[in-house]
Amino acid sequence: MFKKILATTALAVGLAGAAFADDKTKVGFVYVGPINDGGWTQGHDHGRLELEKHFGDKVETVFVENVPEGPDAERVMTQMALTGTDIIFTTSFGFMDPTLNVAAKFPDVKFEHATGYKSAENVATYSARFYEGRAIQGTIAGRMTKSNIIGYIGSVPIPEVVRGINSAFIHAKKVNPDVEFKVIWIYEWMNPAKEADAAKALLEQGADVILQHTDSTAPLAAAKEAGAIGFGQASDMYDFAPAPRVSSIIDNWAPYYIERTQAVMDGTWETVNTWDGISTGMVGIGEITDAVPADVKAEALALKDAIVAGTYHPFTGPLNKQDGTPFLAEGEVADDGTLAGMNFYVEGLTGEVPQ
Amino acid sequence: MDLGSISLVAFFASLMVASTPILLAALGEMITERAGVLNLGVEGMMIIGAICGFAVAVESGSAVMGFIGAAVGGALLSMLFALLTQFLYATQVPSGLALTLVGVGLASFIGQPYVGESPPAVAKMAIPVLEHIPFFGPAMFQHDAMVYISILLTIAIWAFLKFTRGGLILRAVGENHDAAHALGYKVRLVRVMAIGFGGALAGLGGAYISLIRVPQWTDGITAGIGWIALAIVVFASWKPGRVLFGAYLFGGLTALQLNLQAANVPLLLVLPYLVMLSGVIFLAIAVAAGSWKKTLDVKPTLKTFAQFIGTGLVLLLIGVLTNYASGLDLLLLSSAPFVATIVVLVVISARSKGASNGPAMLGKIFQAH
Repeated sequence: MFKKILATTALAVGLAGAAFADDKTKVGFVYVGPINDGGWTQGHDHGRLELEKHFGDKVETVFVENVPEGPDAERVMTQMALTGTDIIFTTSFGFMDPTLNVAAKFPDVKFEHATGYKSAENVATYSARFYEGRAIQGTIAGRMTKSNIIGYIGSVPIPEVVRGINSAFIHAKKVNPDVEFKVIWIYEWMNPAKEADAAKALLEQGADVILQHTDSTAPLAAAKEAGAIGFGQASDMYDFAPAPRVSSIIDNWAPYYIERTQAVMDGTWETVNTWDGISTGMVGIGEITDAVPADVKAEALALKDAIVAGTYHPFTGPLNKQDGTPFLAEGEVADDGTLAGMNFYVEGLTGEVPQ
Repeated sequence: MDLGSISLVAFFASLMVASTPILLAALGEMITERAGVLNLGVEGMMIIGAICGFAVAVESGSAVMGFIGAAVGGALLSMLFALLTQFLYATQVPSGLALTLVGVGLASFIGQPYVGESPPAVAKMAIPVLEHIPFFGPAMFQHDAMVYISILLTIAIWAFLKFTRGGLILRAVGENHDAAHALGYKVRLVRVMAIGFGGALAGLGGAYISLIRVPQWTDGITAGIGWIALAIVVFASWKPGRVLFGAYLFGGLTALQLNLQAANVPLLLVLPYLVMLSGVIFLAIAVAAGSWKKTLDVKPTLKTFAQFIGTGLVLLLIGVLTNYASGLDLLLLSSAPFVATIVVLVVISARSKGASNGPAMLGKIFQAH
């Protein structure tokens, strides 16, 4: 994929002198997709715009979109670091090693890597507990399916995606013991044509609810044509409401970006490992539309409230792994370390996690 | 594992839909290349077609207008390539690559206001009578018009190249532009027209993705299909029938691997049988063709048949030994369309004597003296 490089400045006035420019905190964003993907990258870019709105002319933001996960990412980050960026947010799992490599070369620049697990003195990590949202989606999906077949479009087989599949399955199964999941991996975060084909294959095989962990709205378009339902991913995708989009998981990065940029300004920035969920608002649950019966909606919202209140954890035992070995005992709750490295399916799911 | 959940009718129907954009773009590029011009900008022309078609369809409310707009958009972009290579004598390979860069960037720019829009629906056009044939009807004759058009185009292009004077001139220009020039043919004009035709068809292929297959607009929507079309032209030895075969093979395997994943069937379980089945089909075709033409040598045919069966058995053995297990299989599955299409087309083009050579003037600059 050919990348194009776009940069914007908060106040695009080239007249600003060096001294003046130094007063501003320069914030960089490295995106894996286009800013108008309607999903993941759009969510991050929304956070960037909110950041600009919050700080006004105290910040200057730059971004590069469509950056491939690989060596090219290092080049982009290096370029950003060399041009006086104070803090760089790298917003895809595959940017993990490139971020650490570049961060080692620029100890004075702060780096923030989304959804990864490797940090350093100047590299913080942040992610959201999307699996909390998946629990709510699973509940709605399990109640809504008539064929008892739920299709799931997996993107790249990393723990975050596997966790989402498990969480959705556990909760669908809880409300509908007959439910079956069919999973297709497309090995990309965004590829509208492939996502559409995958959705169609799932629909043809009897699925009437489609869950997606890919970033475009193509699966929703396919669901609409087939009269099935689906959920918004990363951004609200409200264009497809009230059906096929019956709810969504919305990533809200703005508060985090504002908080971390403030820390850079105050000189209080230090490396952290943030993993927030619905309770702090980092994971938002999009409006559940009227296509969902009132009792199902109430059930889903009750689950959400329990998660927010901390009285319920989506990964609570008894749970077995796919091969039947015990995973969590009765009442036991999965710890963050286990969740962060989750590379197995829970009992009842068919197929294998690609290694 | 649930092989029974794959509906064969739905599978063949989605195979045709997945193959159509590749077929359209590859046919266009084949004509361009038969005229001796190597335009590597297929991906760029496709994505321009995708957005032009989408924009025109949304603004006019008509999908037909959209496809016309897509063809015009693709052809217009290809004229940039024609200007560079035919009038300014720029080298074709970098010009084509640059065309892709321009196309992808320009499409993103034009597409900004169209994100989230829905295009007008394209009606299915069932073919009377034929649509009622059991199995074949729903699989092949209940598609949108573009699917039929793409197949009719394949036949038309084949006939054009084989039987018409225009086709002969096009091939002459591609095989020996000096001779064609000496005979009084306008080499440059022929090439510009071929480039434009290639651009128009690439545009149609792109619009098929944004208007029918997905249907919506997002950046990077063609996702490399133009490059696949480009490769298919070469591996299909510049022959329309083989381009059709290659495009359908690729589209078919893409649809198959998604269906197999959904049905949770390991590729290694079905691959051996697919290979053996190909051997049987090959033998059947060869025997039929042989008895018809009486020219086909039967011995190599039997040898090839044995090779197919042997490969199938080896794969079966591997499958049994590895117990159809491991996540590796899934990766294999998703790369299968690429690998298999290339292997099959290479084998075919290597087998046919003297037919695997491309147009002699491919990529060479012509300057009239």
